[in-house]
Amino acid sequence: MKSNEIFERLIAEFPEDIISLNEDENSESFIYVNPRNIVEIMLFLRDENDLFFDYLSCLSGVDSKENLTVVYNLYSIQLKHRITIKADIPKENPSIATVEKVWLTADWHEREAWDLIGIKFEGHHNLIRILNPYDWEGHPLQKDYKTPEYYHGMRVPV
Amino acid sequence: MAERKDIEIDFGRIEAQRTRLNLGPQHPSTHGVLRLEVELDGEIVTEVVPHIGYLHRCFEKYAENKTYPQVIPYIDRLDYITSMSNEIPYVLGIEKMMGIKVSEKVEAIRTILAELNRIASHQIAVATFGMDAGAFTPFLFFFRDRESILDIFEKLSGARLLYNYIRIGGLMNDLYPSFKNDVLDVINVIRKTNAEVMDLLIDNKIFIERTINIGVLPADVAISFGCSGPVLRGSGVPFDLRRDEPYLNYDKFDFEVCVGKGEMGTLGDSYDRNIVRYHEMEESCRIIEQALKILPDASEDVRSAMPKKVAPKGEIYAKAENPKGELGFYIVGDGKNKPARIKSRSACFVNLSALPAISQGSMIADLILILGSVDIVLGEVDR
Amino acid sequence: MESNIILQLFGDNIWSYLIIVAIPLVFVIIYALVAILGELKVASWVQDRLGPMRTGWKGVIQPIAEVVKLLQKEDITPKNVNKPLFNTAPFVMFVGSFAAFAVIPFSSKFIPADLNVGLFYVFAVSSFAVIGILMGGWSSNNKYSMLGGIRSAAQMISYEIPMALSILAIAALSQSLNMNTIIELQNGGFWNWNIFGGSGPWYKLLFLPFTLILFLIYFIGSLAETNRTPFDIPEGESEIVAGYHTEYSGMKFAMFFFAEYANMFVVSALVTIMFFGGWQSPFGDFLNDPIMQIVWFLLKSMFFVFVQIWLRWTLPRVRVDQLMYITWKVMLPFAFIAFLGIATWAMLKP
Repeated sequence: MKSNEIFERLIAEFPEDIISLNEDENSESFIYVNPRNIVEIMLFLRDENDLFFDYLSCLSGVDSKENLTVVYNLYSIQLKHRITIKADIPKENPSIATVEKVWLTADWHEREAWDLIGIKFEGHHNLIRILNPYDWEGHPLQKDYKTPEYYHGMRVPV
Repeated sequence: MAERKDIEIDFGRIEAQRTRLNLGPQHPSTHGVLRLEVELDGEIVTEVVPHIGYLHRCFEKYAENKTYPQVIPYIDRLDYITSMSNEIPYVLGIEKMMGIKVSEKVEAIRTILAELNRIASHQIAVATFGMDAGAFTPFLFFFRDRESILDIFEKLSGARLLYNYIRIGGLMNDLYPSFKNDVLDVINVIRKTNAEVMDLLIDNKIFIERTINIGVLPADVAISFGCSGPVLRGSGVPFDLRRDEPYLNYDKFDFEVCVGKGEMGTLGDSYDRNIVRYHEMEESCRIIEQALKILPDASEDVRSAMPKKVAPKGEIYAKAENPKGELGFYIVGDGKNKPARIKSRSACFVNLSALPAISQGSMIADLILILGSVDIVLGEVDR
Repeated sequence: MESNIILQLFGDNIWSYLIIVAIPLVFVIIYALVAILGELKVASWVQDRLGPMRTGWKGVIQPIAEVVKLLQKEDITPKNVNKPLFNTAPFVMFVGSFAAFAVIPFSSKFIPADLNVGLFYVFAVSSFAVIGILMGGWSSNNKYSMLGGIRSAAQMISYEIPMALSILAIAALSQSLNMNTIIELQNGGFWNWNIFGGSGPWYKLLFLPFTLILFLIYFIGSLAETNRTPFDIPEGESEIVAGYHTEYSGMKFAMFFFAEYANMFVVSALVTIMFFGGWQSPFGDFLNDPIMQIVWFLLKSMFFVFVQIWLRWTLPRVRVDQLMYITWKVMLPFAFIAFLGIATWAMLKP
């Protein structure tokens, strides 16, 4: 299924939540969605027989200066098509519903996004840091992150 | 007749207590600095909580402060035993964003190197899996042969582990003259050793008994966990990016996607994951032989398509079938010479997340084997 | 008296007894050095590599270097261990394996103590090792050590039962528990060894399956008794780091190591005595004088030590439940059947 067909299907089902489709030859084709109903959209993408996105390849958090973006790279092992879903969330309140109930793999990916970018996934069962130490402060991949000088009295090399 | 009475004796009580054991970060068989917090009921594992991050080297943060070509050495250090393969998805992603087309020879060389690296990685995986089961000898057999693969890489790139050989739009340099013969020799040696290890380890009754029916990962759970590579194929899902989303020139070759069949125990157990890796080595040998046939003999400038300035705009999720599974890079470029964001989707990280689910209720000895059959490299888990 | 050349030469006094005790000790030390080198060289032979080559000609003095290294190591006693138990455990274990040497007949003219319950004695003192391992495992205050100690106790106690049955069968066959008597009954060439049913007419071969089963049961059991691969789960280094000796270092670790090698020899010597004619020459009276008997005995025993080393570098390790399965559900029924078979033969034997 081509990305524009997927877009048609989505816009028919969720007319208010789907924002735009972006297609570019040298770039990934992605669909912007409203973060409000993200779980329903994902469940729809996973469960419809002609979409069947059973495989969440990657979940990334991106700091795009104005706001934070959550990027879902979906793939269907059976039908062999792919699509990228993006949801912009404001920097002041970076929270979005978790999709760990949709794909189990989202568990660790979301923990990583929380750890590095600082996106809160509402409803995640265990949203703690995963790569950084548990008591680390700040979210290092935010663009305005300042590396602390000391951690537990040890100098942080820059 | 005496009256019957109830006799009450206090025999005391023994309370079963569960133990919390920290397996790692320094432990002989956690394959690096992985810490598993394990709750034990006797020998039975009741809960596993992996704690990762001991080898976190801030790859994604560093990548935002380096130019695109400078990121490649960092990528080598993700999964440090499959450096050649790691470079491929990143390089392909940037090439696609910039619209660069590389020559046929470069593609063929990349394929051969990726497959050689796949063999080297699977050799370590099978070898350490055997060592986790207590068989030390096959480990050394495999390491002896892996040396000859590393020798080829050393002759090509000057490095034995971290190559920085595959560049955006080309390669570091052309092949050396006797490359073809070296590779053919290596393939022969590998096939011989594989046959030997089959007799010594994989067909061994003790080894089979140890590995079957433990760590069973059903196919739907594996897909939901996002597992890939031999872990997913071991569960019987024929998902291989080389065939399903061909990149490089994999569509030209005839090879089989090995899947677990559950021939000894349950489908998706540790034995299946291991046997998939074992058979994939043979398939890689076949791909290399075919690729050597179409490899052009004439020497050419493999650096001709390399761009002067790498400053792509756009975003891409580039992925490739690495020995460990699907290695993906989500690259966001904003037209500057440094990437705005690189997220690496590492196969080991995702595969490891399935460990708590598949190792509950097994024994300690099994836990180690299950971990070995998932085949993680902590460099890629922690990045 | 007549079975001990030392007492004959020096008379029945304290000095001869000291010599008698010293001979096995010296032997164990020399043997351990040889066995360490053997382990290194057999391992490298199996694994297609050279092994130690730098120390002396082809690395022959490597074991001495290893012992010197262990002697130089700091003797660490961790803070929270139970010190008395922690410090005695290696010696208890070594005492257990060394005490067995008291009844091992090196030749018809040299057996340190000619007990009439020799076989029984070996079996009793080798259980000492369990106590040593449990002491070490428990007192180390380390979860890996604890697991190793408990695994080891369960394993050694379980494996003693089928082994005891095979010893019982040999006792029934030779009507004695005395080592020298058992061996003397096997004289007259390899044809009369217990593995072929002892001396007797040709139809003893009908009972060959039973003796072979007993031999295998005893040998497999002895692998478990000495914690060698495929039964090295008490120290299985990929699971519980090093099992009961995780916390030991220096000379105390060396004692465990030493005891393991001494134990390997004891069980090999017992296999030789019980099934392969002990110090008897395989060719009847040919080359069967007391000096050559020592050579035969050592050759046979070292062969079984070699087999143990060989197995170690070839086989993977079994799991705890599989280990218990093997002993209780496979070896024990077979041991009973074989014992009955041998007992029948002992009755029929003219």
